[in-house]
Amino acid sequence: MLAPITTGHYLVLSAALLLIGAVGILMRRNVVVIMMSIELILNAVNINLVAFDKYLHKLNGQIFAIFVITVAVAEAAVGLGILIALFRNKETVLVDEIDLLKW
Amino acid sequence: MDVVLFLLFASVAVGCAINLVLQTHPISSALSLIGVMGSLAVLYLLLGGEFIAAVQLIVYAGAIMVLFVFVIMLLNAGAEKRPTRKVLRTAVALPLLFTLAGVGAWLAATQTPKTDAVKFGAYTAGPAEVGRAIFTSYLLPFEVTSILILIAILGAIVLARKEI
Repeated sequence: MLAPITTGHYLVLSAALLLIGAVGILMRRNVVVIMMSIELILNAVNINLVAFDKYLHKLNGQIFAIFVITVAVAEAAVGLGILIALFRNKETVLVDEIDLLKW
Repeated sequence: MDVVLFLLFASVAVGCAINLVLQTHPISSALSLIGVMGSLAVLYLLLGGEFIAAVQLIVYAGAIMVLFVFVIMLLNAGAEKRPTRKVLRTAVALPLLFTLAGVGAWLAATQTPKTDAVKFGAYTAGPAEVGRAIFTSYLLPFEVTSILILIAILGAIVLARKEI
């Protein structure tokens, strides 16, 4: 029989997703994929919140996770708007070619 | 049953996440992200978060991913060329990465409480409880969120105009 799943398992999964998201942000050059990695990190946070919500038998974690999702939606909408404006001006989505503020 | 479901969907989530980082084409990354979102919804169900699982599927896998795919098609972003790998950087970074992952896994395995957390079907918080909590104790944050969304809508419209 396999060992029962505990809060710790969820924390390990969350840490793994956070790490993969951070690696994605550092490795990829496409801004769209970098924003997807940010979504991945937000999802890792949500796993933690819901897991601790279950552990503490309170509702606060889930409510907070819903607020995190809302903020993620707002961030995605504004970020993709910025991305479209950027693409219209620079004709690229690769972060290493967007170096206006670099000197 | 719970253990099998958790292991299956946790490995699907991690595998899709790794695939997201490794793919070169943004559309492939977006599809992998949908896989991550879907399996996370199942994991929320295992934890008893009925409402948050539905929100995850509808808002994340539905709305946000449609937005992402739409923008990828709009930008016509093709496959991205890999930068040339620096051997020294890889040699330093990979052990550091695995050390960090190992320390994190060890901490989570030893420092967390050994309670039996997962029980499929034992819902602790249905939509009714979540809704009641949102509209009583968390009414102010909820209303502030609506202002945030309004600002985000206005910002997106302003940013997507032609003359910026």
